[in-house]
Amino acid sequence: MCGIAGLIWKGGVTSDIGSEMTQMLQALKHRGPDSTGFALYGKGDEGVHVLRFKVAEQEEMKTGFDIHRLVIERKAAVDTRLAEMGAEVIEREDATEYAFRYHFKFDGDLKRLIDFIEDLDGVEILSVGKALELIKDLGDATVVSDQYGLKGFVGTHAIGHTRMATESDVDIRSAHPYWAYPFNDVSVVHNGQLTNYWTMRRDLERRGHRFMSNCDSELIAVYIADRIDHGDELEGAMQRTIDVIDGVFTYLVATGNQLGMAKDVMGAKPMVLYESDEFVGLASEEVAIRSIFPREIDTWDPYQGEVKVWAA
Amino acid sequence: MGSVTTSHEMGLHEEQLAGRTQQMFFSATEEENFTYPWGYEVDFEKVADFDAADMEIAEINIAIRDLMKSGHGTITVKNPRAKHSLGVGILNRLNLNFEGSLGYFGCGLIDGPNIHISGRVGWSCAENMMAGKVVIEKNAGSLFGAAIRGGDLVCKGQAGARVGIDQKGGTIIVGDSVGAFTGFMMQRGRMIILGDAGDNLGDSMYDGTIYVGGKIASLGVDCVETEMTDLDKRYLEGKLSQYGMSAPNGIDSMIKLTSGKQLWNYDNLEPTEKKLVL
Repeated sequence: MCGIAGLIWKGGVTSDIGSEMTQMLQALKHRGPDSTGFALYGKGDEGVHVLRFKVAEQEEMKTGFDIHRLVIERKAAVDTRLAEMGAEVIEREDATEYAFRYHFKFDGDLKRLIDFIEDLDGVEILSVGKALELIKDLGDATVVSDQYGLKGFVGTHAIGHTRMATESDVDIRSAHPYWAYPFNDVSVVHNGQLTNYWTMRRDLERRGHRFMSNCDSELIAVYIADRIDHGDELEGAMQRTIDVIDGVFTYLVATGNQLGMAKDVMGAKPMVLYESDEFVGLASEEVAIRSIFPREIDTWDPYQGEVKVWAA
Repeated sequence: MGSVTTSHEMGLHEEQLAGRTQQMFFSATEEENFTYPWGYEVDFEKVADFDAADMEIAEINIAIRDLMKSGHGTITVKNPRAKHSLGVGILNRLNLNFEGSLGYFGCGLIDGPNIHISGRVGWSCAENMMAGKVVIEKNAGSLFGAAIRGGDLVCKGQAGARVGIDQKGGTIIVGDSVGAFTGFMMQRGRMIILGDAGDNLGDSMYDGTIYVGGKIASLGVDCVETEMTDLDKRYLEGKLSQYGMSAPNGIDSMIKLTSGKQLWNYDNLEPTEKKLVL
């Protein structure tokens, strides 16, 4: 079933989006309690990249003693490779025992750096961006938010996801949001099932794109990354997905300064939209929007085949 | 009964004996067929209201039931805050007001009440309504009035996709546009859409009537335009004025759609039986 939510404050206004998204996703918990993910867009410092990566799955941490040694080794290997490529790490934070948040400065080819780090066994980069920070783990919104200390995260826009695993495993790798590797700041959350996943995946893999999971939703992120790489605008790339991707879907995409939504031609998956002069909120169910706006508001359902994009 | 020979006596309902149908036959004279023995005696003059902001879904529905039990005939629920499944399963006379919006499955499975919602509703509002009246001041989600069998369901704003899917009776009125697959597999009843209609309007409809005031993106399989009669116009005028609504370009410009009945390939025999005969 899955629940998705998105919010954007217009005109460069910032707010405590960490708490807002936590509340929205907590209200959608009944749509999927398996895992929760956040893509939060902060202000960011000039020239500084934020790297979110993990070196093990949460499940693995409970299975033995060796994993703890491996985690330390893998993290050290990441540090070595970052230094080797000439990236200057300014700040290191341990979000959990197996997931980390680095701030670093780097002028070279970002894709090469990312590829070089991900080449390490067991290491997955969740996101790299100037504004984007991607956090996902098992548990409901409050659990994940508390674990990673997201309350108080100030930013302009965010998307989030509560997952009911139907197409692939319950682990962090298959959790949303997906980062549109290797593009700075692009992330996707999706509600639905894609039926031409393997055909499109093979096609994209032949063109050199990397898939980290067997989750069909990752395809949307990779496809949009591919289109942006070909020079499409976000809205144009999203418009294409309506025609090209087969199945039922409602998805949200965020970039450094934009938030977009798209709905398949059957309108099979829900989406409620609230738009005011300073704020846009989207969610699978209105209760999520009401969790941050308890007063009476006017909302509506976008129609089938609709694509909309808002700027921060 | 006298000299009237009923279809039962003529042996036209043998499938009932063979256990192939779940249809129930009843006599019009037996009173229990028309009343719910567990129905509450309510007085419309007895007014009550409560704030639902901090209540769980089940608590709200039980609170409505308890108020009906104590004879309250006019109930106002404040701050429903888009919670799901509110006001469901009410099989009683009742004036119910929601001051705010409902989530999914609002007012489903009802028979009798007169409901007013000042906000919007989510998916599957008034699903399988048997009788009564539901008026929504703002927008509605998809599957609005799915499988309703009777009563009036009115949305003054726009509604989502698949409005009145599997409609088996009653009237659905939408003040603005509707999404794709509206009236899909409609079987009976009337639908009045004052705005535009999405793709595949009335797809595979068996019967029933759809009136559209705006533009139609495309018609579904076996949905055809038919002539608007004076009777239709009188009906539309009366029905719309009842809810203070009007067709944006006038009733004369509205389009009437019904089933082309090209898909009516009914056969008395089940496919398995056919094999035995042939």
